[in-house]
Amino acid sequence: MRSFLEVLLLAALIIIISPMLGGYIYLVHRGEKVFLTPVLGWLERLIYRLGGISPQKEMRWGTYAGAVLVFNLTGLVVFYLVERLQGVLPLNPQHLPAMHPLLALNTAVSFVTNTNWQAYSPEQTMSYLTEMLAPTVQNFLSAASGLAVAIALIRGLTRREAGTVGNFWVDLVRSVVYILLPFSLALAVLLVSQGVIQNFSPYLTVHTLEGVRQTLAMGPAASQEAIKEFGTNGGGIFNANSAHPFENPTPLTNFIEMLAMLAIPAALVHTFGRMARNTRQGWAVFFAMLILFLAGAAGAITAEQAGNPLFTRLGVNQTASGLQAGGNMEGKEVRFGPAGSALFAETTSAAACGAVDSMHDSFTPLGGMVPLLNIALGEVIFGGVGAGLYGMLTFVLLAVFIAGLMVGRTPEYLGKKVESREIKMAMLAVLVMPVLILTLTALAVVCGPGLAGIANKGPHGLSEIMYAYASAAGNNGSAFEGLNAAAPFYLITTALAMLLGRFLPIIAVLAIAGSMVEKVPVPPGPGTFPTDGPLFVGLLVGVILIVGALTFFPALVLGPVAEHLLMTGGKLF
Amino acid sequence: MTRTIMQSLRLILVLTLLAGLLYPLAVTGLASAFFPARAAGSLVVQNGRVAGSRLIGQEFNSPRYFHGRPSAAGGGYDAAASGGANAGPTSNALLNSVRANLSRVEKQNPGVTPGTVPVDLVTVSASGLDPDISPAAALLQVPRVAAARGLPEDKVKALVMACIKGRQLGLLGEPRVNVLELNLALDRLPG
Repeated sequence: MRSFLEVLLLAALIIIISPMLGGYIYLVHRGEKVFLTPVLGWLERLIYRLGGISPQKEMRWGTYAGAVLVFNLTGLVVFYLVERLQGVLPLNPQHLPAMHPLLALNTAVSFVTNTNWQAYSPEQTMSYLTEMLAPTVQNFLSAASGLAVAIALIRGLTRREAGTVGNFWVDLVRSVVYILLPFSLALAVLLVSQGVIQNFSPYLTVHTLEGVRQTLAMGPAASQEAIKEFGTNGGGIFNANSAHPFENPTPLTNFIEMLAMLAIPAALVHTFGRMARNTRQGWAVFFAMLILFLAGAAGAITAEQAGNPLFTRLGVNQTASGLQAGGNMEGKEVRFGPAGSALFAETTSAAACGAVDSMHDSFTPLGGMVPLLNIALGEVIFGGVGAGLYGMLTFVLLAVFIAGLMVGRTPEYLGKKVESREIKMAMLAVLVMPVLILTLTALAVVCGPGLAGIANKGPHGLSEIMYAYASAAGNNGSAFEGLNAAAPFYLITTALAMLLGRFLPIIAVLAIAGSMVEKVPVPPGPGTFPTDGPLFVGLLVGVILIVGALTFFPALVLGPVAEHLLMTGGKLF
Repeated sequence: MTRTIMQSLRLILVLTLLAGLLYPLAVTGLASAFFPARAAGSLVVQNGRVAGSRLIGQEFNSPRYFHGRPSAAGGGYDAAASGGANAGPTSNALLNSVRANLSRVEKQNPGVTPGTVPVDLVTVSASGLDPDISPAAALLQVPRVAAARGLPEDKVKALVMACIKGRQLGLLGEPRVNVLELNLALDRLPG
């Protein structure tokens, strides 16, 4: 019971903070004065001038999408060049050489798509300068890109008879200057106060109490850690990610990092409510997300706290008491315990972050199925910065459409008719995930290079592969890390999944924004299906679960469910 | 198109300067102004030289010291190669490693009742650098450490109890004992 207190505290704080932050984001994106405008207004204007941007210019959806794609592609090229040139660039005290081309490409794709899938071990691969100029920068820019697309979609749904959905450059710059940068700065200093490191020292060799030499990897961790969580990116400066004590030293930092992951995705729902001039619309979407979040948290915590029955047979004590947390401690840290680790896993997979404070590969079968399912459902349970909201809104359109079919009326949302074109685009956005995950998983399990990457045999091997493609396509970035992600087969296929999983939905979503923005809103009539009440929350949750269950149930039965049944029967692989 | 590419390039350069250089440098400046010891890695200095970081676990094998958890980082507690073992819950590799760790713990601590070894003492951590063990795992080692040092068990047990860190803010995380801090305190005991 005690382990659920942390969940309740997290949920309560999100309920309190998200409307405030959402209101702030609303003001920022309307270009209104916020408390940081006097401090940072000049910076915003300076960036427009240096970037050659006319901030007043509105864009139609096609132009907006073009700018998103070109900007991200340019970012990808710059990222790749930094990785390849790090050997001759400064701030490289370990003299790390240029990254291998294929690995560099996979990594560049990974960070530009807000995935932060890491097929490399950072402390042995990336110089301090690369960490700063490549991952840290794209942590800001990919999050800001997602946020911009979400704002454009909301404009499409809420503007009356317009033709344009905003200016991508402005949406991007404002997201960085007023939202991501100042809050990350504060968050980073807070993290340092708890023990997260921030330095440029060479790796330090110490002499332990027993007289052995131990080399401590160092680096600018806090600055990266803050935006890594706040931008739902997830790529750590150390291989162990948020399990590493230098990234996540205390239970408090663990909690703050979870809060940071959920902050913007939860807030954006309220930004949406404000822009729709009906905050109840935002709360409806919020509660659909929260219900799914709490269900996942309960499942994961219960499974991990129950422990591994195979350990009990050996005579290991997994019972929680005042003197130990008990539960499944394989691949977990004592300071977080099974409950704190499972909640972090739930948060990172719901929020499309991908940071991990424990090794998901070593979770119990059902405990590990929770993050896998969260990701596979489309990263809409709060989801990534921007991506979670625009993903969820495509499900909202589907739910409205299904409700329309049931009552025999043309579906409408926020007073605008939802027609064939929008539903086609919404279906495209929703189908990208299952198609990528299932096709690539199927490919990997029938070919030699795919099978060669598996670390754990039996049903668990299928889970490892499926998790990898779900994580890549859903732009999450966490992993069942046993899988050999650095093999060329996985470098290529995960990069493909990350690119398609990011940009196909973005194009579809902006197309929806473009067609919705032109529609004339009609006042609600007696036959209008209300989308701001509990009935709609239930319908929305139902649609997400049914779509998810129908597409992934067979694969999940062969993976985690089968493994769970075999585990209770004592079968080993 | 060319215009969009140029705008993208110029923006990326400006934002790289801002988010990639100024931001980390600002954090570094603030961190070293307000929390210099933490920013540097919470290092422990003993007899004039750095003996480790109180956040990073170390390998302990001597019976005179409390032992930490098994580690999969490099050859064990390699703080330049962090990570877990990533063994799946039904893998033979996992069960064999737990079995081996269990018999090692039982051999090193004679008198341990079967079925009472805490799970954290026989499983590898996520980082391979876990600085902590559960209070149960520390108490289990008291008789061995006391015997090896010729100290009364009560005294060592009292030291362990004094080193237990409770939940943060009374709610977050789990009770734990930092192994390096405990062993440093042990070395300071007049004996």
